[in-house]
Amino acid sequence: MDALPDHMRPERSFQGFILALQRFWAEQGCVILQPYDMEMGAGTFHPATTLRALGPKRWNAAYVQPSRRPKDGRYGENPNRLQHYYQFQVIMKPSPPNLQDLYLKSLAAIGIDSALHDIRFVEDDWESPTLGAWGLGWECWCDGMEVSQFTYFQQVAGVECAPVAGELTYGLERLAMYVQGVDRVYDLNFNGRDGDERVTYGDVYLQAEQEYSRHNFEHSDSEMLFKQFTMAEEACKKYLDAGWKDGKREAHLMALPAYDQCIKASHVFNLLDARGVISVTERANYIARVRELAKACGDAWVHTEAGRAV
Amino acid sequence: MPDLLLELFSEEIPARMQAKAADDLRRLVTDKLVAEGLVYDGAKAFATPRRLTLTVHGIPARQSDLKTERRGPKIGAPDQAVQGFLKATGLKSLDEATIQKDPKGDFYIALIEKPGRPTLDVLAEILPPIIRTFPWPKSMRWGERSAKSGSLNWVRPLHSIIATFGIETEEPDVVKFSIDGIEAGQTTRGHRFMASAEISVRRFDDYEAKLKAAKVVLDPQARKDIILADARTLAQAQGFELVEDQVLLDEVSGLVEWPVALMGSFDKEFLSIPGEVIRATIRNNQKCFVVSDPKTGKLTNKFILTANIEATDGGKVIVAGNERVIRARLSDAKFFYETDLKTRLESRLKKFDQIVFHEKLGTQADRVKRIEKLAAEIAPLVKADVEKTRRAAHLAKADLLTEVVGEFPELQGLMGKYYAQAQGEDASVAAASEEHYKPQGPTDRVPTDPVSIAVALADKLDTLSGFWAINEKPTGSKDPYALRRAALGVIRLVINNEIRFPLAQVSQSAFGSHVTAGYGMGDQVVDLLPFFADRLKVQLRDQGARHDLVDAVFSLGGQDDLLMVVRRVEALGKFLETDDGKNLLAGTKRASNILSIEEKKDKRAFEGAPDPSLYKLDEEKALAKAIDQVGREAGAAVVKEDFAGAMTAMAKLRPAVDAFFDKVKVNDDEPKVRENRLKLLNEIRAATRAVADFSKIEG
Repeated sequence: MDALPDHMRPERSFQGFILALQRFWAEQGCVILQPYDMEMGAGTFHPATTLRALGPKRWNAAYVQPSRRPKDGRYGENPNRLQHYYQFQVIMKPSPPNLQDLYLKSLAAIGIDSALHDIRFVEDDWESPTLGAWGLGWECWCDGMEVSQFTYFQQVAGVECAPVAGELTYGLERLAMYVQGVDRVYDLNFNGRDGDERVTYGDVYLQAEQEYSRHNFEHSDSEMLFKQFTMAEEACKKYLDAGWKDGKREAHLMALPAYDQCIKASHVFNLLDARGVISVTERANYIARVRELAKACGDAWVHTEAGRAV
Repeated sequence: MPDLLLELFSEEIPARMQAKAADDLRRLVTDKLVAEGLVYDGAKAFATPRRLTLTVHGIPARQSDLKTERRGPKIGAPDQAVQGFLKATGLKSLDEATIQKDPKGDFYIALIEKPGRPTLDVLAEILPPIIRTFPWPKSMRWGERSAKSGSLNWVRPLHSIIATFGIETEEPDVVKFSIDGIEAGQTTRGHRFMASAEISVRRFDDYEAKLKAAKVVLDPQARKDIILADARTLAQAQGFELVEDQVLLDEVSGLVEWPVALMGSFDKEFLSIPGEVIRATIRNNQKCFVVSDPKTGKLTNKFILTANIEATDGGKVIVAGNERVIRARLSDAKFFYETDLKTRLESRLKKFDQIVFHEKLGTQADRVKRIEKLAAEIAPLVKADVEKTRRAAHLAKADLLTEVVGEFPELQGLMGKYYAQAQGEDASVAAASEEHYKPQGPTDRVPTDPVSIAVALADKLDTLSGFWAINEKPTGSKDPYALRRAALGVIRLVINNEIRFPLAQVSQSAFGSHVTAGYGMGDQVVDLLPFFADRLKVQLRDQGARHDLVDAVFSLGGQDDLLMVVRRVEALGKFLETDDGKNLLAGTKRASNILSIEEKKDKRAFEGAPDPSLYKLDEEKALAKAIDQVGREAGAAVVKEDFAGAMTAMAKLRPAVDAFFDKVKVNDDEPKVRENRLKLLNEIRAATRAVADFSKIEG
C-alpha cells in the first residue's frame, strides 16, 4: 500500500476510498461484484444479498450499489441528503466469528484509526417490510456519527436464514466526507486531483440531484408508474408460475428474472410515494404487495441450484 | 465456602437490556441453586456492553444427602402399577420396599437415598439450560452452527464463557460444560480497543481487578458515577452546570466499558432554537448531555459526550467529530424550527383530514372539531372565555403536523405553545397547546388557566367517551389508549381547581358527538360514571383516604359532581373518626341489620312514615323527633354544601338512636307496634342517606 499514489488515497479521493474497501474485502475472500443494473433503494435489494442470503451454500461478496431514495431528494440544496447515493455492501454467509474485527480492520483500511476515534456498536434492529426480512445488529458509530449498518440476517424474503449471513452496509458519501473532512457532500474530491484536474462529487452529481428532485416530486408520470407497478407485479407472478420445472414445486428455473420484477415494483412504489400520490392506508397495502412478491421469489430461489440444499 | 464466577462474553449487548439481563442471570442461577438444596451467602450480577457477569459466594461444596419416601401402590396391586413404581424409584424388586400399614389397605413405601453431589457437578448441569433458555427480549442465531436447527440463541454472538468454582485460598475448578462449541473456561478479554488480549482469571476478586487494569469498569453503577462526576467537573470548570439526565446516564453507561467524558461546543447561533429542541437533538440523536449557564438558567453552546476510549490524542479528534455531527443535527433542527415558523398553525389543520385518529373514531380533523365543540361547552362551567377556548382547542393539536414534532414527538404541545406565541396568539391560547395534555399522571402538574382546563377536559372526555362508544374499554392490565390516565386527569383537573363540573351532562354531550358521527350507541353514559368512581377510589386510596367512603357516597345515586363527592367523603371521613360518628354508624348498621332480617321474614319492606299515635315509649317519640329535626338540618346543610354542618347535625341523632336501642324492643308482640317501630328504623336509614349510604361503609 506504500506505493499508492496520493490521488488514490482513501482520505483524498472518493474513488480511492471505494477502491480501498473493495481491495480490503477482496483480501478477505469476497467476490467483488459490480452494481446491479437496476434501480433499487438499497444494496440489500441486489440479488447477491437478498437471494444469496438464502440457502445453505457459502457466499462471500462485496460491491458498490447506487441506491435511489426518491423521497430524500433536496434539489441539491441539502449538504448531505441525496436521492441517489452509494452504498458499499458486504455479505458473508455463514457470518464468520471475527466479522466485527474484520469490519474494524476495514475502517483502518480507509484511514479510520481505532486508537484515535471512538467506534461504537449501538443497538439497531433491522427490518425491511418490503423484503419480508429482519435481523439483529447495530449501527456503527464513529465519533458520534453513524457510518455503517451491521446486521446478522435472521430472515429474508420470508425464509429463515440457515446459516445466518452477516451483512455490512457502509454509507460511502458520509464516510468519505468524514475522512476527507468536508461538510458538504458536493465538495467531496472525487478523483483525488488538485487544481484544474480536480473533479468533485458536485461536478458529477449536483445537476442530477436537481433534475431528479424535480422529476421525483413534481413531474414523474404517476399514471404510467401505477401501470408499471401492476405490470411488474403481474410479470413477477407470471415468471414465478412459469419457472416451476415440469409444473411441480420441486425445482425452479426462473427465480432471478422474477425477482427483477420485484425490484422494479419496489422502486416504482418509491417513486409514487415520493410523488405523494399514495395515501397512508394504501401505502401499507403497496408495501404488503411488494413483500408478497419478495416472499414468492425467496421461495422460488431456495428451489434453484444456487439456493437449495446440496 | 467456595464461590462461583460466571461470565458470558459476547458482542455488544443493547444498553437497554443490560440491567434486566444481569438481574435475570442472578435470579435464574440462585433460584436453581436453592432448588438444588444449595443455599448461598450472597450474589451480585453486573453487565457491560460486552459481558454479563455473576458472582455467587458462599455456596456449599456439595449437596447434603437427601432421603425421601415415596408412596407406592397397595399390596396386591396390578403388576403394571408395581412395575411403574419400581421404575420410578429405581428399586430392583419389591423386596427393597417397606410396607406401610394402613386401615384402608397396606401399601409399599420406597426409601430413596439420594447422596448429595459435588456442587461443581450440579453447576455443570444447571448452567447450560439457563444459558440456552435465557429470557432476552430479542435473540438471534449466527455463524456456521445456525445452519442447523436448535443452535444457540443469544442477544448477539456469544464468544466465550468463564465458569470457575472454588475457595479463596486455592486454585478454583473450571465448571465443565460447553454450549454450541463454546467451552467454559477461565479466559476473557479486556477493552476492545485498549486491551484486547486474553486474560486468565481465577475468581471474582482478581477478575474485577484484572478487568480494571484492562480498561473495563465492570460495575454499571461505577461507570455511572464516573460519567456523572467527570461531566459535572467539566461543566463546572467553565462556570457552567451539567443538565442532569438519569435516563440518558443509564443509557450511555451501557454503551461504554471505559467511560471518558469530553466536552465539545457548537455555534452560538443555534441558541436561537428553543432549549428543549437543542436538548432533544443532542440527547436523542447523539446521546450527549447538555450544559446550562447558572447565571441565566439557559443552555450554553456546550455539550458533553461519553467516549469509550482514552484516545492517543487526548480526545481531540473525537470531540471534533462529535462537534461536526452535532452541528449538522442542529442545522437540521434549526431549519425545521424556522420552516415551522413560516406556516401558521391553523393552515396546517387541513392535513388532519387525511390522518386517521382511530379507524372507528374518524380522522384527526373530526376529533379536533369535536374537541372544539366540547371545549366551548365546558368553557362557561370553568369560567373560561368561550372564544379563547374555542381558538385554543382549534390550534391545540396543530403542532403534531410540524417538522420539529415529527422529529421529536416528545415535544408535542410545547412546540405548539412556542409557535402559537410566535404567531401572536393570546397567552392563554398558546399555553393551552402545551397544558391541554396535562396532567399526564398522578404527580404531573395540573393546569390552572381556565382556557387550558377547558381544553384539557374536552380532550380527555372526547377520548373517553369515544372509546366507550366503540366499546374499547380498558381490561385488566390492558389500557392501550391510556384511558385510566385520562379519567384520572379529569378528576385531578376538577378537584385541584375546585370546579363544579356536571360530569354526566358533559359526558353525555361528548357521547352525542360520537353518536351523531355514527359511532356506537347512545346509552353508555351510565357506564362512564362508575369508571370515574373507580379511578377516584384508586386516587383516594393512593392518598391514604378510605375508598369505601367513595362507594357510600356514589351509592346515593346522581352523584356526578366530583368535587362534591370528594367534599362529602372528606367530611364523612372526619365524622367517622369521632365517637358520635362511630356510634351513629353502629346504630345505623344495627337498624339496617334488624330491618333486613325482618324484611326477609315478612317478605315486605317497611317503608312509609310511622304513625305517631302508635308510639308507646318516650324513646320512640324522642327518636322520631330527632330524625325529623336532623333530617331537616342535615338536608339544609347539604343544600348549602356544608357537609361538615350536615355531619354535626347527624351527630345529634346518635343519643336518640342509642337510647332507642337501649330501651325499646323492636319486635313488640303487637304487630302494629312492631311494624311501626320497623318503619321508624327505616327512617334512621333514610335520614342518614342525606349524607351517605352508611351500609356501604366498612367496619
